[in-house]
Amino acid sequence: MTLAIRVLEEKETVTEADIDTFIESHDFPLMEGTSITFVFRGQVDAVYLMHWVFGLESSQEFGRLKKTDLWYLTLDLPKRSRIEYKFNITVKGKSHWVHDPYNPQVARDPFGFNSVCHTQGYETPEWSYHDPDTRPGSIEDHVLEDTPLGERSISVYLPARFRKTRQYPLLIVHDGHDYMRYASMQTVLDNMIHRLEIPPMIVVLTQAGDRLREYAADERHADFIVKSVLPYMESKFPLNPRPAYRGLMGASFGAVASLYTAWRNQGTFGRLLLQSGSFAFTDIGKHKRGPAFDPIVPFVNQFRDKCGKPAEKLFVSCGTYESLIYENRSLVPLLQASGMMVRYVEARDGHNWENWRDRLREGLSWLFPGPLWMVYE
Amino acid sequence: MVRVVLLGPQRHNQTIARAVTDLDLKGPLAVITAGWQEREAELEELDAHLGMETVNLNLHQRGEEVFRRDTTFTEAHRQHQDFLKRLQEIYRIRLSKTQGAVHELMAKHQWPHEIIGPEIEDSLQAIRNLDEHHLRRIRGANREFERKWQPSDRPSIAGHRMELSEILERCGGVLIAGGHVAVLLNRLRLFKLEPMLSQKPLVAWSAGAMVLAKRIVLFHDTPPQGQGFAEVFESGLGLFSNLIPLPHAEKRLQLESLDRVSIFARRFSHSICVPLDEGDRIDWDGNWWRTTENTRKLSVGGQLEQWEEI
Repeated sequence: MTLAIRVLEEKETVTEADIDTFIESHDFPLMEGTSITFVFRGQVDAVYLMHWVFGLESSQEFGRLKKTDLWYLTLDLPKRSRIEYKFNITVKGKSHWVHDPYNPQVARDPFGFNSVCHTQGYETPEWSYHDPDTRPGSIEDHVLEDTPLGERSISVYLPARFRKTRQYPLLIVHDGHDYMRYASMQTVLDNMIHRLEIPPMIVVLTQAGDRLREYAADERHADFIVKSVLPYMESKFPLNPRPAYRGLMGASFGAVASLYTAWRNQGTFGRLLLQSGSFAFTDIGKHKRGPAFDPIVPFVNQFRDKCGKPAEKLFVSCGTYESLIYENRSLVPLLQASGMMVRYVEARDGHNWENWRDRLREGLSWLFPGPLWMVYE
Repeated sequence: MVRVVLLGPQRHNQTIARAVTDLDLKGPLAVITAGWQEREAELEELDAHLGMETVNLNLHQRGEEVFRRDTTFTEAHRQHQDFLKRLQEIYRIRLSKTQGAVHELMAKHQWPHEIIGPEIEDSLQAIRNLDEHHLRRIRGANREFERKWQPSDRPSIAGHRMELSEILERCGGVLIAGGHVAVLLNRLRLFKLEPMLSQKPLVAWSAGAMVLAKRIVLFHDTPPQGQGFAEVFESGLGLFSNLIPLPHAEKRLQLESLDRVSIFARRFSHSICVPLDEGDRIDWDGNWWRTTENTRKLSVGGQLEQWEEI
């Protein structure tokens, strides 16, 4: 198959009108088989694709189409891939990061938003969209005083048709507000509960103060969860006290915080959902990640030496385009050998919220199976 | 001769009042909402729709009371339920292999029918045999539990039965709502309601329709976990002839999949497999079914076809 950009390039002369037509007649980035072509148009000195696909050069230079103002870059990406990116534009020695002006698809995160593209076979999960048939849950804000981390606010998700006369599972979500904002967590919970794929559950959404410190295997954070959040929730809400009905989850450093908390308090949490965990470790010598990982590495090394049984069931996921894929893959056999039930899932995606969103259905429904087969209303 | 009306889900399109009128039921009407579990008492919406007196049999709450008061029986009941759950797990393991083979064979569309056809039929027969074996074991376990514990004669239950019998005596009919099919069945069995219900006209929807059948089949083609193979769960009350009600079929089954529909219809070829979606209705007069022009059934050819009776 000849790529559209090549057809344009092979013309003897390429006029402004040719470029206008080319841009108007395609969606960008342009997917052709496993090839994906990014374009940028403008009087600039250079254009680079900035992405977070571990394994590829993180900055890839565009070529200029003849002497026109059209810049392009073609990459080969496997099917079912999803990547987030920006363009780095250089004009008169100054560089600016911009979104792809021809691509309306964006993904938000705490730092702003990125352009998004995906290859053939990837679809945004239908269950992550608002379903008008679904009964929505509600969110309450609570303040916890005198915790090991001082006064802290948490949000509590209550499922639709919440009743004080029944006992609910409890899930504590690290970076909970970010999960709500960037990973459609409330929509996903509402939909999955409505569709009976998970049971109605109470979900605590926590948000760290100094995230890189508190989530990095910090005893005070573990105590905050177990000695403040858990008793508070048990005093206010009808919760099933068995570990099988208690879960912790988080992504990146939030996954470390989840594992660390469960590990320090074995027998308390029966379910863990760990996404793209920052489980850096060393076999010998010093680690090569940043200083934020300094407290994590000794914990993970210790965990790898003697993992105990932090939970009965663990769902672990990671993107194959993340630098953390090695650490996560390495963790799995260790967990499995410990006798815990472990499910590990990879996706062709990066270290981002939509990757974490896309794994929620599989993870939550495995850890907390709903009454799907039994309820016919 | 029990008269039964089976209806589709009622959340968005309530058709119970119409069925009550058609059956010419005089109030009060007994209502069973045990499948709603802790929401059992919330009849406001239903009452507003019906506009006539109802009496909630409160089977869920009565069951909870029995379990609180009669601890010896409760422990025995729990052990029995654990046993049944184990049986279901074992059955599921065997089913995944047996039905997996059928799906694999069905996918070989290009193979000549004279080669593959008899193999598919034999594989389907293996599933039917497994279903029957499973059901036999469940029935055996239930019989043994009944023989040993005689629940309906226990004082903790007999009192409720007496009350229920009196309530039903003065009711013109019984409405059985959907919800959790196992909980609903459990409570109907606990209070041995089948002989009482068989004397009354019944209007049942969703799980309520399922428990009245001879066998209860659980189904979902696209669950988030597992292969989505339908499971025989239990014997139902058997208040009508061989029909498997399929509530929410449009949502729960891949009705456009020829293979899936065909396998379902062929596996349960002893019964008519009838989708019960919103607005659907079928009537049983004690001998025959009466369908509407919208009534469909799963066909062995893999399509949904109109089912015409009377």
